[in-house]
Amino acid sequence: MSAPAAAASATEQTSTRAITTAPGGGKARRVKERLTSPWATAAAIIIAVVWTIPTFGLLVSSFRTPEEIRSNGWWNIFVSPSFTLENYLDVLTVQGASSANLGSYFVNSLVIAIPAALFPIILATMAAYAFAWIKFRGSAALFVLIFALQIVPLQMALIPLLQIFSEVLGISGTFPAVWIAHTIFGLPLCIFLLHNFISEIPGEVIEAARVDGANHTQIFFRIIIPLSLPALASIGIFQFLWVWNDLLVALVFSGGTADVAPLTQRLAELVGNFGRNTERLPAAAFISLIIPLIVFFSLQRYFVRGLLAGSTKG
Amino acid sequence: MEFWSDLFEKFGVMFLGLAAFAAVVGIVLFLADRAPKRGRDVLQLAAFLAPALILLAVGLVYPAIRTTILAFFSRQTANGSEFVGLDNFVWMFTQPEITIVIINTLIWVALVPTLSTIFGLAYAVFIDKSHGEKVLKSLVFMPMAISFVGAGIIWRFMYEYREVGFSEQIGLLNQILVWLGQDPQPFLVNSPWNTFFLIVVMVWIQTGFAMVLLSAAIKGVPVEIIEAARLDGANAWQSFWNVTVPGIRGTLVVVVTTISIATLKVFDIVRAMTGGNFDTSVVANEMYTQAFNRGETGYGSALAVVLFVMVLPIVLYNVRVMRKQKEIR
Repeated sequence: MSAPAAAASATEQTSTRAITTAPGGGKARRVKERLTSPWATAAAIIIAVVWTIPTFGLLVSSFRTPEEIRSNGWWNIFVSPSFTLENYLDVLTVQGASSANLGSYFVNSLVIAIPAALFPIILATMAAYAFAWIKFRGSAALFVLIFALQIVPLQMALIPLLQIFSEVLGISGTFPAVWIAHTIFGLPLCIFLLHNFISEIPGEVIEAARVDGANHTQIFFRIIIPLSLPALASIGIFQFLWVWNDLLVALVFSGGTADVAPLTQRLAELVGNFGRNTERLPAAAFISLIIPLIVFFSLQRYFVRGLLAGSTKG
Repeated sequence: MEFWSDLFEKFGVMFLGLAAFAAVVGIVLFLADRAPKRGRDVLQLAAFLAPALILLAVGLVYPAIRTTILAFFSRQTANGSEFVGLDNFVWMFTQPEITIVIINTLIWVALVPTLSTIFGLAYAVFIDKSHGEKVLKSLVFMPMAISFVGAGIIWRFMYEYREVGFSEQIGLLNQILVWLGQDPQPFLVNSPWNTFFLIVVMVWIQTGFAMVLLSAAIKGVPVEIIEAARLDGANAWQSFWNVTVPGIRGTLVVVVTTISIATLKVFDIVRAMTGGNFDTSVVANEMYTQAFNRGETGYGSALAVVLFVMVLPIVLYNVRVMRKQKEIR
């Protein structure tokens, strides 16, 4: 087994354990760790506060007026409270060359991330089914090879892949180029994780379908897809967020204009000229964070599972 | 209403793309379904495997091999490029600014996994079985959900520096320095310390990851063993060090290696916060700058190869540890 494989399977186990182990079982409570001394509690609270303040500060800033953001820090809100949606309206709706124009980029992010999450998941499910349930010579060797591809940093593929897109296919700087790039980079991990899941489906179920005369296509649609839905959801959410948060693939393949480029790229440009965009950046950042935060807080269970399983990606 | 027409057009492209994809996959599977009896097995196998295999071969295997070859050639010009042997690698280790890039990457990979794991483990232990464990966990885990660029902006504001007398500080850290009677510092400009301030951002992100995994592992250590250690007179620290830590060793290795690999590839944080200026660049960022901003495909490819070579031993180590653990079990 190769490393990310081992890592991913180990994390899979721990993650399911994390989810099934409810905190504070009877026995666990009895031997409550005596490390939870006042000092430990204080240290935990300090860490929690230090970890939260940067994000909290930016959130507060985003609701202050541009003049206030430029002239003093967000903590002054406790002395002189103020609240405005001006910054959000400015970065989202104002059109023009010098404006942030984030409305367009938000749409781009969605148009990139939805297909770029669906494509690799579907292709990977098909491949994983073939590896798990169709016997053929060289199956094991091929699977190990796909797996080993996970350790290739995507930096290794960027230059030649861009050349293929621009010189052979002529699609550089379009949505399909970004979709295909994300699909390719997502495939090895998706195939591996889905194979783990699909190969655990009881053989009797599939055997019974075969006896009834079902072929591979029918088995795939009637048995494999319905039974793997939870796994597909977890991995799909993770892939979606990975694409949504990505900057590198977008920079290389999207062409960098408001026609195709996602939010992350526009944010990187805005922060590149910090002095001029100071008052826009807090609101702009939160517009890009809103989708991941919604996913995180509403689907935390799926998110954690997908993240732990997918942590070796990239 | 430019925005709305723009929106409809883009979503149109998306639905077209989704429909085209569904059509291709559907036709392939339909044909496999209807394949003649003879050779049906092979055709069906091909239908399921070929799409993924073709994409990986064209988009990952071939490019990786080509990048390795490009690393030994000069930049591509209209006249093509010429074989330069190891020149690109010699360049890397003789140019002072690129040597700094490599040293920076090594500092990153030494500090980020260590600090993230220590903070993550400490936090996981401190909040274990406490009231509100879930909430306390999400607070520290939250940075893991957001983009590195978003995190970069959050911390740009933390580090923001205003000259004394020019205006009030708007960055919290400099304001704290002022409150303490110190001079404010341009944190992101002063080399070599600026690299450490960028590292803080990555630690801030990765601690949550370490914490969630280690917390799950800690809960997996059998309570009986800890109880037994306590009965034998071990204090909290001893039982933690001699019972809990060996019990979660496998997870510790996974956490440290995973964060190390992520750290070696770090790109967005440096891009968003300093753009690689002020001696803060790292290999992944320099690779992008050389290959795509300056058109130096040879240098860029060589840096990508170096990145691969740095990742490899970590992965191999991970494999070895995993193998050993399997044997023990």
